[in-house]
Amino acid sequence: MPDAARSLAPRILSAADAIREATAAAMDRDDRVFVMGEGATDPKGIFGTTSGLVERFGPERVMEMPVAENGWTGIAIGAALMGQRPILVHQRVEFCLLAMEQLVNNAAKIHYVSGGRHRAPLVVRLVVGRGWGQGPAHSQSLEALFAHVPGLKVVMPSSAADAKGLLLGAIEDDGPVVVLEHRWVHYATGHVDPAPVAMALDGPRRVRAGDDVTVVATSYMTLEAIQAADALAAAGCGVDLFDLRVLRPLNTDAIVQSVRRTGRLVTIDTGHASFGIGAEVVARVVGEAFGSLRAAPQRIGLPEHPTPSARSLAEAYYPRSPGIARTIAALVDLPPTRTTDVCDALGRERDAVPLDIPHPSFKGPF
Amino acid sequence: MGTAHLASVLDTPTRVELFRRMLRIRRIEEEIARRYADQQMRCPVHLSIGQEAAAVGACAALRASDSIVTTHRCHAHYLAKGGDLRAMIAELHGKTTGCAGGRGGSMHLFDPAAGVLASVPIVGGNVPLAVGAALAARQRRRPDVTVAFFGDGALEEGVVHESFNFAGCHRLPVVFVLENNLYSVYTPLDRRQPDRPITAFARAHGFAADQVDGNDVLAVRDATTRAVAAARRGEGPTLLVLDTYRFLEHCGPADDDQLRYRPVGELARWKERCPIDAFRAALVAGAELDETVEATFEQSIADEIADAFAAALAAPAPAPETAKDGVHA
Repeated sequence: MPDAARSLAPRILSAADAIREATAAAMDRDDRVFVMGEGATDPKGIFGTTSGLVERFGPERVMEMPVAENGWTGIAIGAALMGQRPILVHQRVEFCLLAMEQLVNNAAKIHYVSGGRHRAPLVVRLVVGRGWGQGPAHSQSLEALFAHVPGLKVVMPSSAADAKGLLLGAIEDDGPVVVLEHRWVHYATGHVDPAPVAMALDGPRRVRAGDDVTVVATSYMTLEAIQAADALAAAGCGVDLFDLRVLRPLNTDAIVQSVRRTGRLVTIDTGHASFGIGAEVVARVVGEAFGSLRAAPQRIGLPEHPTPSARSLAEAYYPRSPGIARTIAALVDLPPTRTTDVCDALGRERDAVPLDIPHPSFKGPF
Repeated sequence: MGTAHLASVLDTPTRVELFRRMLRIRRIEEEIARRYADQQMRCPVHLSIGQEAAAVGACAALRASDSIVTTHRCHAHYLAKGGDLRAMIAELHGKTTGCAGGRGGSMHLFDPAAGVLASVPIVGGNVPLAVGAALAARQRRRPDVTVAFFGDGALEEGVVHESFNFAGCHRLPVVFVLENNLYSVYTPLDRRQPDRPITAFARAHGFAADQVDGNDVLAVRDATTRAVAAARRGEGPTLLVLDTYRFLEHCGPADDDQLRYRPVGELARWKERCPIDAFRAALVAGAELDETVEATFEQSIADEIADAFAAALAAPAPAPETAKDGVHA
C-alpha cells in the first residue's frame, strides 16, 4: 500500500494489540529476540500482549518461565551478554522487585563497568495494575525506582502508537530498557502504523498546545490530563500538555522552553508524588528557568500511603481529571468563575462511572 | 569416549603444565599481597591462595570457546581461563589499561577473548549469568559450555537455587563449580547451613553431582572433564563440590589466624594439604619435575609479574571527565 493511502486509512488497535504486534515484528526480523515470562504462553497471554506468539515462534523463543524472577532476570542478562536480545515480561511491577538485584547490579552496570565492551540488550516489560481492589501489592507504579538507576532506560507509553513504537525502540536499544505499561493504557486505542517503525527513546511529546500553563504527565495520567486540558480549553485556559514518554534519559528541553513561555508548571505522576518523576521534572525546570516561573510548580501524584483495596478507601487515592483541572485552574490567573463550571461538569461526568474500572472515554481512539 | 581425556593418564608435560599454572597464580597473588601496603592498588582484593587447584583443574577441562562466570574471588579463575595478566594488574591499579579501564577493580575482572565472561561480587549473582550464557549457546546451536564458580555462601542465596531449577529443567550446558572453603567471611559453614550433603541440591533439581578433593588438581580436572562432556552431550548440568580452604583473610593481603574464628590448628592442617606443595611432591616423586625445571618456571613467572606491575604503574589513570562516559550502550 502506498504511504499516502495507508495514512488515509487509519488502523485502530488497542495498546495491548500494538504491543503484541511490535513483539511479533521484532521476532520476525531478528532471531536473537525472544520472550521470557511467567504466563507468556498461557491462555491469557499477559493480557493478550503475548497471545499467539508461542504458536508462531515456538517454545524456545517464547519461554514459559518458572516463578523465579531474580533468577531468570540474571539468565536473561547472561543470554544478552552472549548476543541474544531477550524481552522479559512481568504481569505486575511488584514481581520485578524480586529481580532488582540483577537488574540494578548487573544489567544496568555491565556496559559501564566493562569499559563499554559488554552489552546487555534486554527489555523488561512491567504492567502497572489498577482498580478492582487489587490493593497494595498489585497496583504500584514504581517507575521512580527504576528511573533512579544510571544505566537503565525507562519508558512509559500512554497511547497505542507509542506502545508499539517505543517497544520497538526498546528492543533495538543495545542496553537494558524498562517499559512500564499501565494496565488501563492496554485498553487505549488509536491509529497504529502497520510497519514496525522503532521510535527513538528521546523525549516527551506535546499532546495539547496552550500558553497558560505547562503540564507534564506520565503514562495513564496523560489520558486524565488530556481530559482536563480539553475541558479547560473550552473555558479559555490553554494547557501546554506533555506526555513524558521517556523517563530516563530525561529530556526536559521542550518542557523548559514551554515553562519559559507559560511561567507555570504542573506535573502529574502515575506513581507517588514524593520522590517521584514529577519532582525531578520540577527540579530541572526550577534549575533552568527559575526566572520565568510566575508561581510555585505543583506536583500531582499518589498520596503518602499504600494502595488500599476497598473501593471506599481507594476513592480519593487516584488523581482524576476534575481534580487535575481544579489544580491547574487554581494556578493560572483566570477568574474562578471561568473554570468552576467546566471542572464541576467534568466531575459530574466522572462520578457517573465507578472509580475502579477504566473510564469508557479513555478507550479512545486518541 | 575412553579414559584418555582423564588426568590420571595425562602425559607428563600436561601434568607439569597444571603445576606451572597453579604456581603462577600463587606467585601473582603473593606479589599482590606483598605490594598491597604500597597503596597503589586502591581496591579490595580477595585472594585465592590455597584454592588454586579448583581454578586450574576446572579451567583445564574447558575449551577457549567455553565461558566462565566468577565471583568477588576471581583472580585465580580469570588467570586459569587465560585472562590477560597485564589487564588484570592494571585494573587493580585503576588504570586505563585495566580490563575494565579502571571501572571495576579486582571484583569485576573479565576478558571476553579468553572466555572470562564476567565477575560478579554479589554472592550468587553470577550464577544465573552462567545459566543465561548456556541458554544462549543452546539457542544459537553452539557447542559451548559455561562454568559458574561460586562458594559455599552462595548456597544460601535464593537466586542460586532458581538458577539450578531452570538449568535442570532445560538441561542446559552449564557446570556449577562450588568451592567449599568452609567460611563466609568469618562465619563457618556449620553456623550457616544444616548438616546435609551439598550434592543433594543437584539431585533435588534433577541433575548430577560430584564431590572431589578441591586441592587435588587432577581430581578437579577429571571431575570437570566428565561434567563438561556430559553438558556438551546435552545431558544437562552437573554440580561439582570442591572441598578446599582459604589460607588468607577474606578480603585483604594478610594472614588472619590471630582472629581465632578458625579452630586452632585448622589452618596448619590445610596448609599441609597445600594444592601446589602436594602436587609438586607427587611430580618430583615420579621424576616428572625437578628443581631446575621449577626454577625456570619461577624465573619466567617472576619476569611476567614484574612486567605486568611495571606496565600497570606506568599506565595512565583514566581522566576524571571520562567517568560519565559509557553509561548507555
